[in-house]
Amino acid sequence: MITRVRAFGAFVWDFVVGDDWRTAVGVVVALGVTALAAGAGATAWWIVPVCTVGLLAASLWRAAG
Amino acid sequence: MSGQQVGLALSVLAACAVEAVEALTIVLAVGATRSWRSALTGVGAAVGVLAVITAALGPAVTALPLNVLRVAVGGLLLVFGLQWLRKAILRASGFKARHDETAAFASEQDAARRAGGVVSGGLDAYSFTVAFKGVLLEGLEVVFIVVTFGANQHDIGLAAAAAAAAVVAVAVAGVLAHAPLSRVPENTLKFGVGVMLTSFGVFWGTEGAGSHWPGGDAALLAIIPATLACALAMTRALRRRGRGRVGRGEAVRA
Repeated sequence: MITRVRAFGAFVWDFVVGDDWRTAVGVVVALGVTALAAGAGATAWWIVPVCTVGLLAASLWRAAG
Repeated sequence: MSGQQVGLALSVLAACAVEAVEALTIVLAVGATRSWRSALTGVGAAVGVLAVITAALGPAVTALPLNVLRVAVGGLLLVFGLQWLRKAILRASGFKARHDETAAFASEQDAARRAGGVVSGGLDAYSFTVAFKGVLLEGLEVVFIVVTFGANQHDIGLAAAAAAAAVVAVAVAGVLAHAPLSRVPENTLKFGVGVMLTSFGVFWGTEGAGSHWPGGDAALLAIIPATLACALAMTRALRRRGRGRVGRGEAVRA
């Protein structure tokens, strides 16, 4: 049973997060910072796009060695 | 039909077509090599499971408050889209082997031949299992995209219709060709799907986090081309970086 739960967890992790967990963490942080900035009344729409470009470039850089 | 609905339909159509082509290759390989009846039974079982998952997830996701839905789904789409885009850029720049349906078909057929004899009359467990797993795994990505896109647009019906249209088109093409659809520009389609998933993820994630785009929904008309331009620029930069390796035909697996 535990083996099956672990296998399912590993499948879900691989399915959603994929090869680079840092990108997933970065997306969560970017959305959190956006929520905080928007809650404080700041202009925050640019945060996620800028972070997305940075996260993708960093992930590609790591993959290409 | 609004601009967002057109984007939704096109994204789901392209994503589903790509996954359906990959599933078709697996089913054709085991069906032609071992047992059509068992392979098609596996396909039917997998489609049934996928329908149940979609029917269960769809209402559950749409019941969430809009902001929660948008930040959760936007975040997931963004993570998922970046995965697609990353792989597509690595393939386009020569740092990852391109998906080749002809080679995948040959590999699946080889594995099917080495899996022992087929018992005549009964259900061939190998054909059933391989077809079931192939369709289920490829289909799960489609279900994820249908449910997330559809729920955000409150139009799961349109997303499901676009997915069904892609599956039917690929199935008909596969029956007519009776061979893997190696002419479908899979890598280009995956690049396009990655751009769309990432763009919608950026848009919905930001809105769900409580921020508002200048221009409202029209901002997508800037986000999608900007994402595409960034992805193409990164592809060019990686190509330049890996020119020596690509020149010798040594695609590096990421």
